[in-house]
Amino acid sequence: MTLASIASVAASLFVLGIVLSVVLNINNFAITAQNQFDSIQIFLIDDIDTGEIASFKRKIENIDGVKDVVFESKEMAMEKFKERWGDEAHLLEGIDNPLQNSFIIEVVSIDKADAVVNSIRGDAFIDNISYYKDVIDKMITISRVISTAGLSIILLLSTISLFIIANTIKIALYARKREINIMKYIGATNWFIRWPFVIEGLFLGLIGSLIAAGAVFSLYSFVYSRLANETYALIGGYLLPIDTIFDSVFIIFIAMGIGIGILGSLVSLRRYLKV
Amino acid sequence: MIKFEGVTKIYKGEKTALDNVDIDIKKGEFVFLVGSSGAGKSTFMKLLLKEEEPTEGKITINEIETTKLSRRKVPKLRRSMGIIFQDFRLLPNKTVYENIAFAMEITGNKAKDIRRKVPSVLSMVGLSDKAKSYPAELSGGEQQRVGIARAIINNPSLLIADEPTGNLDPVNASEIMRILKDINKRGTTVLVATHAKELVDKMQQRVIALDHGKVVRDVERGLYNDAK
Repeated sequence: MTLASIASVAASLFVLGIVLSVVLNINNFAITAQNQFDSIQIFLIDDIDTGEIASFKRKIENIDGVKDVVFESKEMAMEKFKERWGDEAHLLEGIDNPLQNSFIIEVVSIDKADAVVNSIRGDAFIDNISYYKDVIDKMITISRVISTAGLSIILLLSTISLFIIANTIKIALYARKREINIMKYIGATNWFIRWPFVIEGLFLGLIGSLIAAGAVFSLYSFVYSRLANETYALIGGYLLPIDTIFDSVFIIFIAMGIGIGILGSLVSLRRYLKV
Repeated sequence: MIKFEGVTKIYKGEKTALDNVDIDIKKGEFVFLVGSSGAGKSTFMKLLLKEEEPTEGKITINEIETTKLSRRKVPKLRRSMGIIFQDFRLLPNKTVYENIAFAMEITGNKAKDIRRKVPSVLSMVGLSDKAKSYPAELSGGEQQRVGIARAIINNPSLLIADEPTGNLDPVNASEIMRILKDINKRGTTVLVATHAKELVDKMQQRVIALDHGKVVRDVERGLYNDAK
């Protein structure tokens, strides 16, 4: 039972840790990335000829806020793509090019991006627009979904932990029932009898939280060191290094662990001990 | 010291355990509470300890109206009395010394005072050499003496004994009663609930007899049964 108590608290806080890591990183990404993605990519429909491409390009160049427009043919896109694949690029030989022609628009300043996009959005030649705001909006939505789902799971797991701890304490209470009875007869106060059990609950929660903290931080370090180096340098560069979030997250973990532990004890004491 | 005025206790609508009981026990008295099983002795004890509440009536202990006492103050009330039980009720995982010291610990006494008082009370009951023994290693008589030591260590003004000799042989039983009389001589009010006829007859103290929840006899220097 003791193991179950500790494990459930650890599990619940572990989920919290993962959710926190993901959410904090996404939010950080959203903020820092805003300044970096200052280009808009417009994907064109396939059914367009060179003349229409040229005139469309001029039309875009004339929009207020547009600094430069560069055309990227599907072939050029494929080359860029192959470059990213590096050694494995030969795997792409012989595949029909699925990529589209596109314009890469550089805006004068970030705040113009929205306006520019809105002014060409409905155009018939456009198949898809991709720019930072899309990405970031999506990420923020994902972040919100993860927070909400995560929070529900955490709440559920915490409640379960609480009851598992309450049950562990109940067993401890029954084991010492005779002694508690004797203590009551010779006049021990309620809190005198209660506090050892509250401490026990506290420790169960504390150990659970320490285990969870250890697990989350090891996992985070591992993921961080892997991502920061590899091809995903793009993402890696945005990950929050551990030290920035360590202190506050650690305190939250300990506080929650102890809280669940103490609450679990008190619930059990209230229900099973007429003290 | 103990005053029961018009006390009635009816359990869950059926059994009348005590019926309009009036009892007045003064400070320093030694009183036997006698009666067969079911007469109301245990109920009387439970009301004294506030383990149960009377259906009607007023109970006063040491000038405090306990019927009006809040549940929060119950531990304090119990600490003002010394209680010994038929089954001794010692903590099995503590030594004799620790069992007695425990009664002082829960009243927040300092370790220094505990170290001073426990040995003296142990010698009063003749168990100085058993301080480090565990209850399981002691005879019934010895265990009860530990119980008495624990009950008196905080110098209560009232000592309550619920069938103290119930689990003891005659020799040990007499010994226990002798110790209780000694304690009474020092000024503690002693109340013993019992159906040990021989002991009651031998000691000739005040006898209050209960029968079917009523006080049927209350005599000084009394016997277990009416003298014929």
